Amino acid sequence: MTDIPTSTDPSLKEEPVPRRFFQRPLVMIWCAALAAAVTFATFAEPYAPWAFKYPRAWRLELYFDGKFIELKNWISKVVDWLISDASFGLFTFTELTRGVSWIMERPYILAKSLLSTGFLEGQGSAAIQILPPLSWIAVIVIIVAMARFARDRKLAALVGACFLYLALFNQWSSAMVTLSSIVIAVPFGVAGGLLIGIAAHRSRIVKMIVSPVLDLMQTVPVFAYLVPILVLFGFGPVSAIIATIIYAMPPMVRITMLALKQVPGEIIDLGNMVGCTRRQMTWRVMVPSAMSSLMIGVNQVIMLSLNMVIIASMIGAGGLGYDVLASLRRLDIGAGIEAGVGIVVLAIALDRLSQAFASREPSEHREERPSALWRRFPYTAVCLAVVLATGILGLFWGWAQAWPAAWSITTGDFWSELVKYININFFDELETFKNALLLNVLIPFKRFLIAIPWPVAMALLGLAGYSLGGWRLGVLCALLCLFVASVGLWSKAMVTVYLCGISVMFACLIGIPVGIAAAERERVWRVVRVVIDTLQTLPSFVYLMPVVMLFRVGDFTAMIAVVAYALAPAVRYTAHGIRQVDPQLLEAGVVSGCTPGQLLRKIKLKLALPEIMLGINQTIMLALSMLVITALVGTRELGQEVYIALTKADIGRGLVAGFCVAFIAIIADRLITAGAQRARARLGLQ
Amino acid sequence: MAENEAKLVCKSVWKLFGPGAEAALANNRGMSMSDLQSAGLIGAVRDVSLEVSDGEIFVIMGLSGSGKSTLVRCMSRLIEPTAGEILFEGTDLLKASAAEMIEIRRHRMGMVFQHFALLPHLTVLGNVAFPLEVQGIARGERERRAREIVELVGLQGRENYYPRELSGGQQQRVGIARSLAVEPELWFLDEPFSALDPLIRREMQDEFLRLQKLLQKSIVFITHDFDEAIRLADRIAIMKDGAVDQVGTPEDLVIRPATDYVAEFTRDVSRAKVLSVRAIMAPPPKRPPRGGYAGEVPASAKISDIANDLNGADRAFAVTDATGKTVGQLTRDDVIAILMQG
Repeated sequence: MTDIPTSTDPSLKEEPVPRRFFQRPLVMIWCAALAAAVTFATFAEPYAPWAFKYPRAWRLELYFDGKFIELKNWISKVVDWLISDASFGLFTFTELTRGVSWIMERPYILAKSLLSTGFLEGQGSAAIQILPPLSWIAVIVIIVAMARFARDRKLAALVGACFLYLALFNQWSSAMVTLSSIVIAVPFGVAGGLLIGIAAHRSRIVKMIVSPVLDLMQTVPVFAYLVPILVLFGFGPVSAIIATIIYAMPPMVRITMLALKQVPGEIIDLGNMVGCTRRQMTWRVMVPSAMSSLMIGVNQVIMLSLNMVIIASMIGAGGLGYDVLASLRRLDIGAGIEAGVGIVVLAIALDRLSQAFASREPSEHREERPSALWRRFPYTAVCLAVVLATGILGLFWGWAQAWPAAWSITTGDFWSELVKYININFFDELETFKNALLLNVLIPFKRFLIAIPWPVAMALLGLAGYSLGGWRLGVLCALLCLFVASVGLWSKAMVTVYLCGISVMFACLIGIPVGIAAAERERVWRVVRVVIDTLQTLPSFVYLMPVVMLFRVGDFTAMIAVVAYALAPAVRYTAHGIRQVDPQLLEAGVVSGCTPGQLLRKIKLKLALPEIMLGINQTIMLALSMLVITALVGTRELGQEVYIALTKADIGRGLVAGFCVAFIAIIADRLITAGAQRARARLGLQ
Repeated sequence: MAENEAKLVCKSVWKLFGPGAEAALANNRGMSMSDLQSAGLIGAVRDVSLEVSDGEIFVIMGLSGSGKSTLVRCMSRLIEPTAGEILFEGTDLLKASAAEMIEIRRHRMGMVFQHFALLPHLTVLGNVAFPLEVQGIARGERERRAREIVELVGLQGRENYYPRELSGGQQQRVGIARSLAVEPELWFLDEPFSALDPLIRREMQDEFLRLQKLLQKSIVFITHDFDEAIRLADRIAIMKDGAVDQVGTPEDLVIRPATDYVAEFTRDVSRAKVLSVRAIMAPPPKRPPRGGYAGEVPASAKISDIANDLNGADRAFAVTDATGKTVGQLTRDDVIAILMQG
């Protein structure tokens, strides 16, 4: 044998030649795939018509009672069976649901009596008031005292002003009805979320079940599960509360899981070392240690509950939400805006208040506890005194009990006049703007998307999933895509994708530059933060009203409303991503002689990219949830399908369309998250 | 105090991370680092055997990643060892049921943590009383006992403060007080002073020695700071890559380092502070020197403590043991030679 060096000899290994962009394998696959897709979409129609219109015979069918039927009918049949035939032996399914709603109704009646109707005896209009509800003065004093206790006088003033607004603009009684359902929904949502979160933290199996359910709960549009709730729990405030809880609970579960995971290992070791049992570990060590994070969850539950106020009024919640919905139907813009602003004001007050409680540090140490009860709990004492005093005063002077109508003012006419004025004087400008965008951007984009054959979309999404997150993600994307096609909603889904896509694009075009500007200048950031905080506090319906008034119904109106609603995360994440770039890297850039522009492009934006992607992801999620609501203004997409199902009380149809929306959201979410993760790994930010 | 009675004994304790660790270890009890690597396992603790005597301060010293924190958590079974035995007063902790473990931890073990691990929602008093609360002791009783211990660690007057209102040193005093609240027999301290400023750290070490003089606990003390180890330890175990390189008194480690790694640590140590007179004395001459000894020094004294006394003496000193018998002699030059080494 000779001594010829073999190829394993390291000195002979070839230097890896850096490949050009087009020579990388993934890029080559993508180019080939896109070329094939275009060819297929252009020429294949005569040969493969099934690819352009999903054949009815191929639809997803399930077995029920002797034959195979379409999925949506199957769901409706199953629910029918649950309601009419299902039984657990001792009681039927319907009795169970009615029982649950009876239990939920007790605290609600208590809250409503306390805040709104007073304690009644007897039924309907024959009822006699035994005890009056809390007077408006008492409610305001209690809420102000809470704000003062949680933070400071400034907050107390803000919260007091918010509630005074409600009284002044004659929204008091509606607001109290709304408040009483919030007061019931929030504790249920928080407690439920906390318990599920703890269970999921403790057990891997529970976590495996809970995670996908949460994904669905957060992405299926609310309208889709209103019908089943209506059918199971009946029409009324309790159903509305149950829908609200389902909608508001998922973030609490997620935050609980995250907060418990973040409890430092040493604290857990401590719990074990002092010999905690499992229960003591959970309730005495972990939950108190995670309290500040958990309070963020409480805040989320409150905000989402308020967001549901209007939608919940569709299945029987009264109050401000019902006022908005009713005036929207009457096209009475003034009344609608006033009630809408009422919700906003209530939301701002409760948001700031709960945030103050969340960030509240445990009080400073006190040397000695005062012995007198009223001195130990001064806030409670003052509140009780005011409640008693106003209750007694109210017997003699009406104004101390209920806000006198004569003191109220209204701005309804002003808003109506304003819209009328704009519509008369700026009609042409608004119309031109709208048509230009519609003809040049919206409609071509829509046509393009609809022209994509479903197998092509499925293949491309699968490929995208594969190249971003491996074959599992690829298969998931392709399967979800196939589901949408197989229930016969492909073209409507494409319209949803088009409206969502175009709205997200505009939201990013506006939001990312604003975010950059806000990150660069502290003063801009302060202003922008207040604006986006407020934008996120507004219930989604509020966006709809002014836009409908100005642009009437249609895709364009929907788009504007969606952009307005979904803008906030694009701004927030961009600003946050840029602001959190390591200052040492910026100094390194400055020292290397970067101009401000280079600093922004070459360092800040590059490093903020993962964060910006997550912002876009959030924007997409918000856009999709708003889209369903814009179905009210006449878009022809999945939202409309859900809405039609709602009006026809067709459970299967609504849920199936809802699942389609959810799956679109899940595909987008998984792809972007995987992309952001890759970007993060590449930048070493893990 | 019985010197040689073992409080805690570890017999070839292993902790391996990675899939199939137990099976791999069962096949081959003598796995080397390279064996582990090829099996895809991480050896956090490798075949550690040691004994902690009653009333002794046993320091486990190692750099970060050497497995010392994992080892101390194996000793208290916060982490389940992959193999081995942990004998606490003769009974194997690894065979104890979960309920028995809770009982043992509640009454016989205490632990102090590097980052204090104070519960933010409880006051100083509440934190110190927490182990008693967990046991279900009534409020009045547990607060009375907590107050005593708060006083012991010098925090009286701060009982109603919250942890965030205290400095780092004070917070760790709370941590120490809490770990002592159940009057444990075995006291684990996991890098208790590492998160503190150097000056505070020194103060806390003195405080710790004062407490130990008073309480005479059996202590396992973790540190990455060799100077701290020497200052506090009766005996030191030096860990590297999950295994114990050497166990011995500070003096042993300085005079007879078992490995290059130990020698590396001890090289910069001030010998005068570690070595006792006994280690460097010469055997006593048959007859006392002319003119008698300049004086007497105890054999157990550290060189640095007696250096001043020898300064200026031109005759040798007699070295005496505990009974007063002369066991050797020491000259000024011997001491200077040690002092010159740093």
